[in-house]
Amino acid sequence: MMRHHLQSVWLLILKKVDYALVLNISYANGYKEPRVTLQEVKEILDAEVIVGHDRLDLEIEKAGCADLMSDVLVFCTAGSLLLTGLTNSQIIYTADILDIAAIVIVRGKRLSPETIQLAEELQIPILTTKYILFETVGRLYSKGIVSCIEKVDETRDFS
Amino acid sequence: MTSRETLIYENSFPLEGGTFKNAGRVSARVKTLLKEMNLPREIIRRVAVITYEAEINICSYAEHGKIVLRVTPKFVTIEAIDEGQGIEDIELAMKEGYSTATEKIRRMGFGAGMGLSNMRRFSDTFRIISEIGKGTRLKMIILIDNGK
Repeated sequence: MMRHHLQSVWLLILKKVDYALVLNISYANGYKEPRVTLQEVKEILDAEVIVGHDRLDLEIEKAGCADLMSDVLVFCTAGSLLLTGLTNSQIIYTADILDIAAIVIVRGKRLSPETIQLAEELQIPILTTKYILFETVGRLYSKGIVSCIEKVDETRDFS
Repeated sequence: MTSRETLIYENSFPLEGGTFKNAGRVSARVKTLLKEMNLPREIIRRVAVITYEAEINICSYAEHGKIVLRVTPKFVTIEAIDEGQGIEDIELAMKEGYSTATEKIRRMGFGAGMGLSNMRRFSDTFRIISEIGKGTRLKMIILIDNGK
């Protein structure tokens, strides 16, 4: 009880001092983004593991999502999670080329045996979730997984 | 010293068009090769993305084609050569968002008019030559900056 009381006082002082300052100190001391394991991703998304049962200890920090592989190739980074609604073998090759950590297939889609075989061959873990893309992103974001990149550098002219 | 003397690696990878079954296999192989050569990660990423887009293009639009990879200590060159239908208006084809892709190509997650512009975006030098009815040749150079 006493301990709890002390903590409250401490928090009050923190509020008065300066949150930004405290945060800066945390970053200076090597603060890192929280990492989520693939096992946790599976639980958060109530997902089924299709490939990579032995790789669930992989740590995920970032994620990207698109159904256009040409955009994934530009905006997704190595070690990230790829969320997509596509199920063909090109998602596996795309993940391999970018060293993407794992793929989450959204909207409960099933993969062909050929795609699964390719993922096993190239050792890319695959999870499937019944959540739609927006819900999947929201759930992962709220657990601390952030975007590969937040914004593009320039407006792209498709007119 | 001529470039031939400093050539570390050279290989030509044949490609079959009209099917997507193996579209990506050559790029995956190229990426593994470059990793074995211990090239910087960013260079490998750029070469792999370029090769992949080129591979998808050849599989989408040509009957036959090949990707020629050359590595020297200072740069990597990728040539994508096909015996396809050729490109009528190169300037238009280079425009982001312009595409002549079929529904089949789009279902694969490509064909949104990003291929050529992505290849140009990731290369230091980009050259395209095309002749209607004969085919298209792309040559891209990626400089290796060892200082990075």
